[in-house]
Amino acid sequence: MASKQKNTTPQQQRYQALQQKHEKKRPLLKNCIRAFFVGGLICTVGQAISYFYIYFFDFTEQSVGNPTVATMVFLSMLLTGFGIYDRLGQFAGAGSAVPVTGFGNAVISAAIEHRTEGFVLGVGGNMFKLAGSVLLFGVFAAFVVALIRTLLSMWGVL
Amino acid sequence: MLAMFFWAFVIGGLICVIGQLLFDVAKLTPGHTLSLLVVAGAILAGFGLYEPLINFAGAGATIPITSFGNSLVHGALDDAKNHGLIGVLTGMFQVTSSGVSAAIIFGFLGALIFKPKG
Repeated sequence: MASKQKNTTPQQQRYQALQQKHEKKRPLLKNCIRAFFVGGLICTVGQAISYFYIYFFDFTEQSVGNPTVATMVFLSMLLTGFGIYDRLGQFAGAGSAVPVTGFGNAVISAAIEHRTEGFVLGVGGNMFKLAGSVLLFGVFAAFVVALIRTLLSMWGVL
Repeated sequence: MLAMFFWAFVIGGLICVIGQLLFDVAKLTPGHTLSLLVVAGAILAGFGLYEPLINFAGAGATIPITSFGNSLVHGALDDAKNHGLIGVLTGMFQVTSSGVSAAIIFGFLGALIFKPKG
C-alpha cells in the first residue's frame, strides 16, 4: 500500500480518496455468519466421517484425523470438478477456504485449470501454485517450533 | 456423541469466522490468511494448546487448516523424542502425510477426469 501512494500525483490521491468513499463496504456480519455456518457444517461432516472410521476401521480418536482429512480432500476433488466448490466459496468466503477442503480445492482447481498447458509443465508445475505457501510456511513454522521444543527439552528446561 | 457434533460445528465455525475477519478486517488475501492460520496452529501446538482443542471439538479442530500446522509439529516432536534433532526433519510429515498425498493424488486424478471450465 505504502509504495502505491509514494508515486502518485495530488490528483491521483484525490481520486483514491474519492474511490475509497464510494467503495462498497463489505457486509462484515453477514460474511461472518455465512462463514460460521458453512465452516461449521463442513466440520460436522468431518466429524461424521471420523465416527465412520472409528466404528468401521478401528481407528482411535487420536489417529482418526489422518483418514478423515484424506476423505475430505477426495470430496473436495469431486465438488471442485463439478464446479460446486467455487460457487460455495463465493457464498461462504473463509467458511469454505479455511477447512482442509479449501486446501484441497486450491490444489485441485490449479491442477485442472492448467491442464491445457500439458501434464508436466501445466499440471505438475502449477499444482501447488496457490497451496504452496501454506505448505512452505506451515513446514517452516513447524520446523522452528519443533526445533525450539526439542532443544529446550534437551537442555532440560522443559 | 451428539455433543461432539455440536462442538465440532461451533469450534469449526468459529475458526472460519477468524479467517473471515482476517479477509474482511485485516484485508488479507486468502493465501496470506491460510498461511497465517497454519503458522498459528504450529505455534499453538508448540505450547501444547492445540491438543486439548482436538479432544474437545474433534473434527472442529482437525478439519480447519490450523490442524495442519499442529500435525506437522507433532510429527516432528514425536520423531525428535526417538532420534534427537534429526527427528525434526524425518518426522515432519509423519502425521499429516495423508492430507498432502491425498491432495497430490486427487489433484492429478481431478486433472485427468475434469475439463477446465470457462
